[in-house]
This record gives sequence, C-alpha cells and structure tokens, in this order.
Amino acid sequence: MKERTVQLEVLRYNPDTDSEPHFQRYEVVCQDEWVVLDALNEVKETLDPTLNYRWSCHMAVCGSCGMMINGEPKLACHTFLRDYPGVIRVEPLAHFPIERDLVTTPDDFMEKLKRVKPYLIPKKPKPLEAGEYRQTPAQLTKFRQYSMCINCMLCYAACPEYGLSPHFIGPAAITLAHRYNQDSRDGGRDERQEVIATQEGVWECTFVGACSEVCPGHVDPASALQQVKILSCFDWIGEHLLPGGKK
Amino acid sequence: MAKSHKPVVWFPFAAGGTVVAFFIPVIALLTLLAAVGHVPAGLQYDQLLAVAHHPLGKLAIFSVLALSLWGSAHRLRCTCFDFGLRIDGLVAAVLYVAAIACSLLAGYALLGL
Repeated sequence: MKERTVQLEVLRYNPDTDSEPHFQRYEVVCQDEWVVLDALNEVKETLDPTLNYRWSCHMAVCGSCGMMINGEPKLACHTFLRDYPGVIRVEPLAHFPIERDLVTTPDDFMEKLKRVKPYLIPKKPKPLEAGEYRQTPAQLTKFRQYSMCINCMLCYAACPEYGLSPHFIGPAAITLAHRYNQDSRDGGRDERQEVIATQEGVWECTFVGACSEVCPGHVDPASALQQVKILSCFDWIGEHLLPGGKK
Repeated sequence: MAKSHKPVVWFPFAAGGTVVAFFIPVIALLTLLAAVGHVPAGLQYDQLLAVAHHPLGKLAIFSVLALSLWGSAHRLRCTCFDFGLRIDGLVAAVLYVAAIACSLLAGYALLGL
C-alpha cells in the first residue's frame, strides 16, 4: 500500500484558554486510500489526543463529520486525501459557532428543523385496525429524493444567504418540510406553510444553488426550494386573488 | 411570522426568467444575423412590422419585453443582495421602477405604431 506524508492545517480553538481560533499544522503519514477523517484519527491517536471533532459512521450516513476542507463544506469520511496534493486545510463548518476545534454548535439548525415539523401529520386519525397506509411508486417518487437528507448541515455552510441572514430557515429544513408536504399520507401542509412561506423561510433563498452542489446525499435542496416557491405562489393567488380565498 | 407577499414580485420574475431563457437567445441571434446582412426568409422588416401592427403581435412583444425586464430587475436585486449590498429596499425600488418605466415606454411605442 502506498504511503504519503500529508500536511494537515487544522483550526484549533479551546474556549477555556484561547481568545481566538488559530491554525495548527500536523505532518501525518497516511495511506493513499485514506480519507480526511482517517488522517484526523491518526493525528488524535499518535500526535495530539487533544484534537476535537465529531464523527460516527465513517460511511457518509450519519452526517456527523461535516467540516470545511480547503474551504469547501465536505464530509471528512467522504473526502479522499489523494484528491488533495498540497497542504489540506481543515476548519469547522462555516456559519456555525465553534464549540471547540472542529466541533460546531448545531442548535440553530436543530431549532429550525423542529419549527418545520419534519414528521407525518396524518390527515385524520386512523386506527391500527384500519390497516397500513398504501402508496403507489409514483406517490413515493414525488418525495423520496428529499427524504435522503442526513442532516449534515453542509448545505447551511455552503449557503451564502444563511451566512448573510442567519434567521433564514435554510435549505435542509425547508427541503424536509417539502418532503412531508409532498407525501400522500400527510395532511400538515397548511401548518408548515405558515413557517416556510415567509420571508425568513423560502423567500430568503435567491437560488444560488450551492446547497445542491455540496449535498453528499444528492438531495438537491435547491430544486425543493424552487418547488416550494412555485407552490407558495399558487397558494398566494388562491388566498388573495380568487373569490373565497382564505385571506 | 406571517406568510410573505413575495409571490407578487417572484411570479412575474419566474415567468420573466423562462421568457429570457427561451426567447432572448433567439432574438439576440436573429439581431446578430440581421446586423451582418443575413435576414432569414419570413423575418424581413416588413413582415415583422406587420406582426407589430397586429394587436396580438403587440401583446406578444410587450409580454416578452415586460417580463424579461422584470425578471432581469429581480435577478439583479438578488445578485446585489448576495454580494452583500444591504440596502435591499432602495435597490429593489430603483430596479423595479426602471423595469416598469421601460415596460411602459415599450407599451407606448407599440401603441404608437
């Protein structure tokens, strides 16, 4: 197996001792097929046990190891060292407060996720004896792609709108709202629209599209947000211009 | 937070974006061809003028121009915002007024034909 000495430039921050973050450089012997997460694990095991970062599955499923790698939001477990010939700069996810080293505080995203009610709200209560909910493949196709989100928050780190306007509900949360709105078993669209068809909801998005470029699950949040905009326009016409509208 | 009234500006923007994507490249190409002396058959000046004289022709030309102007104004407003220009109200007012003024001018010119 081929080995290579990789130079990692890692952002360090200890809130107890540091007044501001700084970079620390590590030289670490890596195997050619390693990903950035393997290199960080090697640093922690052999060079510096004080380095902090989040990870869990090592297979792009859990969404824990999101970080900025050479300025781009990436999953560290999904980013191969062989694609980076020079010094690799590793920083915590952009647009989130740093808790320690590469660990960020996701509270803002979690709060927004809760607000959009990302779960099935049945149209009417259905007893167990009534049997299962059935869906056709076409009904499943309408939302399946949007259900692949792993909450890794890379789209928030990539979104310039979220960086500029932190009140923006953001790509992943709105995409998940759309995922449930499109589900034939769901009846909660009106409740979610009150949250996402607002200025701080979908209308803060200017369709930059960076969210879809960085998404490791190929969810394409930008398309979900565009669909939400179009459907919200039809809602607005129904509510304001057609007779018998709600408002 | 109340639902937004943004659809008022976004819907014509979306329509304008579609018009720009489909029509403007064709119009630019035809204009370029005309400039170098190659006017395709059926698109001679007299024939196009006849189209512009017909009420439906006027409506079609006005729709393409007005929607394209509105779409471009809104896109430019978003671009200014993305580049960090934090005076969105002023930018929006200037660009939308420009789009409406140019649309009215186009309408006036079409009616005067």
